[in-house]
Amino acid sequence: MPNEPTVDLQLAIEHGLSEEEYEKICKTLGRTPTYTELGIYSVMWSEHCSYKNSLLQLKTLPREGEKLLVGAGEENAGLIDIGDGYAVAFKIESHNHPSAVEPYQGAATGVGGIMRDIFTMGARPVAALDSLRFGELDKQKNRYLFSGVVKGIGDYGNCLGVPTVAGDVYFEECYTDNCLVNAMTVGVAKKGRIAKAIAKTPGAAVYAIGSSTGRDGIHGATFASEELSDESEEKRSSVQVGDPFTEKLLLEATLELIKEDVIEGIQDMGAAGLTSSSSEISAKSELGIELQLDNMHLREKDMIPYEIMLSESQERMLVICKPGKEELFEEICRKWDLDFTKIGKVTDDKNLKVFFKGEMVADIPSASLAAGEGAPVYERESKRPAYLDQVQNLNIDTLQVPEDISAAFMKVFSSPNIVSKQWVYEQYDYMVRTNSVIQPGGDAAVVRIKGTNRALSTKTDCNARYVYLDPRMGAAIAVAESARNVVCTGAQPVAVTNCLNFGNPYKPEVFWQFKEAIAGMGESCRSLETPVTGGNVSFYNESESYQVYPTPVIGMLGIIDDLSHITPAGFQEEGDLVYLIGKTLPELGGSEYLKRIHNQVAGLPPHLDLETEKKVQEVTLNAIRAGLVQSCHDLADGGLAVGLAESCIVNKNNSLGLKAQLTSDLPDHVLAFSESQSRFIISILPENKKEFEKHLFDNDIPFSHLGEVGGNSFSFNDFFDFSLEELKEIYYSTIPSIMNQ
Amino acid sequence: MRAAIIVFPGSNCDHDAYIAFKKILDQPTDFVWHKETNLDSYDLIVLPGGFSYGDYLRCGAIARFSPVMKEVIEKSKLGVKVIGICNGFQILTESGLLPGALTMNKYRQFICKDVNLKVENRQTVFTHLCNEKEVLTIPIAHSEGNYYCSAEELSQLEANNQIVFRYSTPDGNINTEANPNGSIVNIAGIINNTGNVLGMMPHPERNAEHLLGNSDGKKILSSIVDSFRRN
Repeated sequence: MPNEPTVDLQLAIEHGLSEEEYEKICKTLGRTPTYTELGIYSVMWSEHCSYKNSLLQLKTLPREGEKLLVGAGEENAGLIDIGDGYAVAFKIESHNHPSAVEPYQGAATGVGGIMRDIFTMGARPVAALDSLRFGELDKQKNRYLFSGVVKGIGDYGNCLGVPTVAGDVYFEECYTDNCLVNAMTVGVAKKGRIAKAIAKTPGAAVYAIGSSTGRDGIHGATFASEELSDESEEKRSSVQVGDPFTEKLLLEATLELIKEDVIEGIQDMGAAGLTSSSSEISAKSELGIELQLDNMHLREKDMIPYEIMLSESQERMLVICKPGKEELFEEICRKWDLDFTKIGKVTDDKNLKVFFKGEMVADIPSASLAAGEGAPVYERESKRPAYLDQVQNLNIDTLQVPEDISAAFMKVFSSPNIVSKQWVYEQYDYMVRTNSVIQPGGDAAVVRIKGTNRALSTKTDCNARYVYLDPRMGAAIAVAESARNVVCTGAQPVAVTNCLNFGNPYKPEVFWQFKEAIAGMGESCRSLETPVTGGNVSFYNESESYQVYPTPVIGMLGIIDDLSHITPAGFQEEGDLVYLIGKTLPELGGSEYLKRIHNQVAGLPPHLDLETEKKVQEVTLNAIRAGLVQSCHDLADGGLAVGLAESCIVNKNNSLGLKAQLTSDLPDHVLAFSESQSRFIISILPENKKEFEKHLFDNDIPFSHLGEVGGNSFSFNDFFDFSLEELKEIYYSTIPSIMNQ
Repeated sequence: MRAAIIVFPGSNCDHDAYIAFKKILDQPTDFVWHKETNLDSYDLIVLPGGFSYGDYLRCGAIARFSPVMKEVIEKSKLGVKVIGICNGFQILTESGLLPGALTMNKYRQFICKDVNLKVENRQTVFTHLCNEKEVLTIPIAHSEGNYYCSAEELSQLEANNQIVFRYSTPDGNINTEANPNGSIVNIAGIINNTGNVLGMMPHPERNAEHLLGNSDGKKILSSIVDSFRRN
């Protein structure tokens, strides 16, 4: 083509390919690639699309389970059988770099992308979650990123009519320039009505539907595969712009197309746009796809094939129409005012062929582009980082016990990591579709499935301090804690999706963290029988000044078999008895207390014993199912003191006090703030005392009776006594007062 | 009674309104696509919440030109009952069926939360099952719910008892603290002067069953259904 640069090794290197990779491309094609082909290879072999540096590790994760209908990597998202003829598709994905550069659009399009991954399978999105990490809020830049991201998520999800029901937000210095924005969607489909990203019939028409194609987002996938720098600001054009209204039309049209059975296959044009959607369908189906780019509906003038193939314009789908159903297909698109153009056909070879103005500009064996097939796969060098010896070295016995434990509690309790994230979730429509039984602010969100007696419970989680201090243990805890969260609501944990946010994998220390975290995650998932159904890897989360903590976020899915099992986190009635379930150990390593009071991120994270964890979860869930439990709350960041305070006030309009008494040999600050794992706070009706205690006793679960629900204050031993009003003021006003300053 | 839930491109509470009337109140209910021009078979027209046409230009400003709106206006003149919820309220003010306008919230943010709503007028087909001056708890979810009208319009609304709901404290006080979006005199819902067209920002259809809250919203929806039984 005229006006295209000459392809050589230098140009390939500028596209992020190595010399070895460029040679491999030339060998596969038996010639020098065209400019369009070089662009196609560079995005498909980027980390973002090929998982080249992570695939070998990901394959070690458990991916089997009796409820799995589609396993990891087979489709856009994992698919779980939830019974009653329904299936759930769910997945989490990162949009970190775009959000760091342009928080509003970066976050909005992150939501849009993961929504399409779910509804392209025929599942209607019923819940959205967001796991967010920012630098500390005393910096204006971090507040700007935080408010922009939250608004971006809200505006997109709200317009789409999908409730954003849960998530997690942490503030830590290491995320200062490189915030993390991980968006998760959960969708529900009828079991017999699942769409796939495949082609079946040579000759079948290939359509592009949705928004027109522009130059936005070209090389977005490559952008996500390098570190952030000052130049990243200049890559603002790599950040796509979202149009949630078109997405809403695309959502309704897609579900109608699938319901009316007019499509053979469908794939979202996400990262690497038309290139990835067409080549993935082609490779998977072992059939060819031929594209006529002259037919693409463009929004900018003079676009060349390279740009059309690499555009990441949002809200587009590639559809293979069932032969003979073209008329109905077009009618449905017209009903929803969606643009559609026939851009090609399925062929009986196995190549991706691209034509423009009568010329063939690309002819590539599709399998050579596919992750885990033709795309390269590497085992990177790994090395235990030197910082670990230094930070893990902490002697709790020599830590000074605060003289005023009451003041210490207030300092921990008012940490932005602990206080309510109401400022965030009130900007999200968390009720639309009228299924949100447990709303944001509890341990996990509960969304009922209309037409059944079941509900889904879902939560994201990752305490990255723990992962930083011990990647293997930290990642294992992320799985266990998110499972505990859904158990609290009355759900059986069934499967996870993961979003693995790490630094540059070419640094052996980073790769060691990655390997260790995957190993810990695998152990925990195997033990809790929650297979990994898919997810996303985000490397290169580094800037010139900061390297993020390794942050393997877990998105947990739980199933509640009976709506009567749904259990809240907050205390329910005066006179209810409050219990601590599980054992408190002298574990302050990586705790919120250690950070706020002693200004250290050090020590080893709490120990997670998987056998104990599984048992405590089972026994707790059985108690809930037996109708013995009024409220159930997981103990995590901030320990027992914070957990009890939360159970008092999490129900903002009906807060209930507690005078907690617990005798212990542990030093006061350990008893109050230890973050020991496998613990719950449970309240029960007094008449269930005998049965509940017997249930715990028979199962060898350690427990302590802490007191009775009641009064207008929360006290803990002789450590402190705070009025509920005072606690509520701090819990609900801290973030608004920081953000509205 | 037969209800029509009007579906505009971008409506997203259409499903919730449908479930409320069809499943919870057990009434014949249909989705009606915005290109429909005949609403003869309906006794109640529901303009649901959402983001019709993406709220582009101005909330409700494009939806008012949808083919169905001409018929909605015709039917409202004949006394057919119309309820516009959230985006539906915005469409009603844009089409002139109700006075005033809904502007950006005072704090310029989307707000989703439960609010307290004082029933200021229970002599309507939409509220007659509520108690005198009852305070309901019903959620809001909007960016543009800040009701504004001219002083003249306001005095007319007040004189004709057209202010149906105001944001209040749990014990029924009308003050700034209880006002989530900056609406003039805490207005949350108004009715036309013939009493058959109601617009409200809060979502009664979201709180119409016990599983999701105290089911206060059901009192409003049941009032409508009940008014047909009485006829």
